[in-house]
Amino acid sequence: MIVIVDYGMGNLRSVEKAIASIGASSVISNDPDAIVKADKLIIPGVGAFGDCMKNLRSYGVEDAVRQFIAKGRPALGICVGMQILFEDGEESPGIKGLGLMKGSVKRLDHGRLSVQGLKIPHMGWNTVRQAKGSFLFEGIADKSYFYFVHSYCPAPLEDVAIGVTDYGVDFTSVVRKDNIVATQFHPEKSQANGLRLLSNFFRYRG
Amino acid sequence: MLTKRIIPCLDIKDGRVVKGINFVALRDAGDPADNALIYDREGADEIVFLDITASSEQRSPLIDAVERTADAVFMPLTVGGGIKTLDDIKTLLRAGADKVSINTQAVLEPDFVKKASYRFGAQCIVVAIDAKRVPPHLPLTKGGDRGAWEVYIYGGRKPTGIDAVEWAMRMEEAGAGEILLTSIDRDGTKSGYDIELTSEIARKVGVPVIASGGAGTMEHFYEGFVRGGADACLAASLFHFRELSIKELKAYLSSKGVAVRMV
Repeated sequence: MIVIVDYGMGNLRSVEKAIASIGASSVISNDPDAIVKADKLIIPGVGAFGDCMKNLRSYGVEDAVRQFIAKGRPALGICVGMQILFEDGEESPGIKGLGLMKGSVKRLDHGRLSVQGLKIPHMGWNTVRQAKGSFLFEGIADKSYFYFVHSYCPAPLEDVAIGVTDYGVDFTSVVRKDNIVATQFHPEKSQANGLRLLSNFFRYRG
Repeated sequence: MLTKRIIPCLDIKDGRVVKGINFVALRDAGDPADNALIYDREGADEIVFLDITASSEQRSPLIDAVERTADAVFMPLTVGGGIKTLDDIKTLLRAGADKVSINTQAVLEPDFVKKASYRFGAQCIVVAIDAKRVPPHLPLTKGGDRGAWEVYIYGGRKPTGIDAVEWAMRMEEAGAGEILLTSIDRDGTKSGYDIELTSEIARKVGVPVIASGGAGTMEHFYEGFVRGGADACLAASLFHFRELSIKELKAYLSSKGVAVRMV
């Protein structure tokens, strides 16, 4: 069973319906027991890095997520659900992320994008340049479009990037470390490409 | 590279799709979810529902339409019209909307956008501005010779005395993640977007701007993006009555060098 972690952040219904449309089933849950026992975990997330981490802790699901990950089963982070996999975030100084991947989450521009007339948030359809050979991209053409809406992005300090996107500068848009994968874009809002990616995650056996 | 977005807008009344010409003369034309699915297949980048139901107590047909649409269409959906409280926003987001568009309430309640953005995140808060050109001799323009634009509320019926450009900047500061900018003068006229208005606001705010009101030809979209500096262009009747297909529009824009997502 796929468990979508419910910690009060994000459009969980969209994720659930997208999973249903690929013929899989999922449950939305904040029950630590269900999370630990899941076959696969999806960690969604919208809003601010700090709010997501605070909620994850106040719902008492952080430990359950850690236990699940420690078992080596597949997990998928989406948007801020990707960002909180890292150690900390510029958006919310002093609040620690899950620290499952080395690196920080930084604002997209660093004072650069406004010069080029690019807007923050990065909102809309952009392409992802894929690293070769990841199960997540099976059947999805390189440089396919996905839907983004975010102002921050991870700056990994280890070799986890498997997808890169150009928004004035290149940023890491897809990561993988062992059985944890995560996307900065929203697969559940990315039409056929997004559904294919979710289907690849669903069929992955780790 | 981030692509420019094409956004069809569906006017919804009592849970059904209608289209107003200059905000009156409504025509019924179908089910919101079915319409959204057609636009999804044609390559729309997002969809906007604008609820124009007169009574704010009758929200359940709209919520139902949002739920059914979100179940069938896996692309971003913005819902606006009649939003007065944080609970209204919560209900729409729960029903499957990705963003909500706030208009009149942003003017009536000075802290509303700030509160909504803090609670739900700027990424889902769109501030809709209906702006109407003010002749240069009127006081709002503060002696400028280009004229100005005044913010109207209540579906374009009530002037507020607020300068639209300043308002857009204030709303960005309050936490709007995007500005949906409609020219009342151009709406329903098919004479093109108000390029001066669009470019003025697109240059002055750091969040994406959606141009709306006046699209009648493919060239109008091109001008909205290239001269107006819009990040997205919205149209309703043009798509709704099949005068222009999104596919054909995107092929045209692409041939003119505008980055669009081809499906």
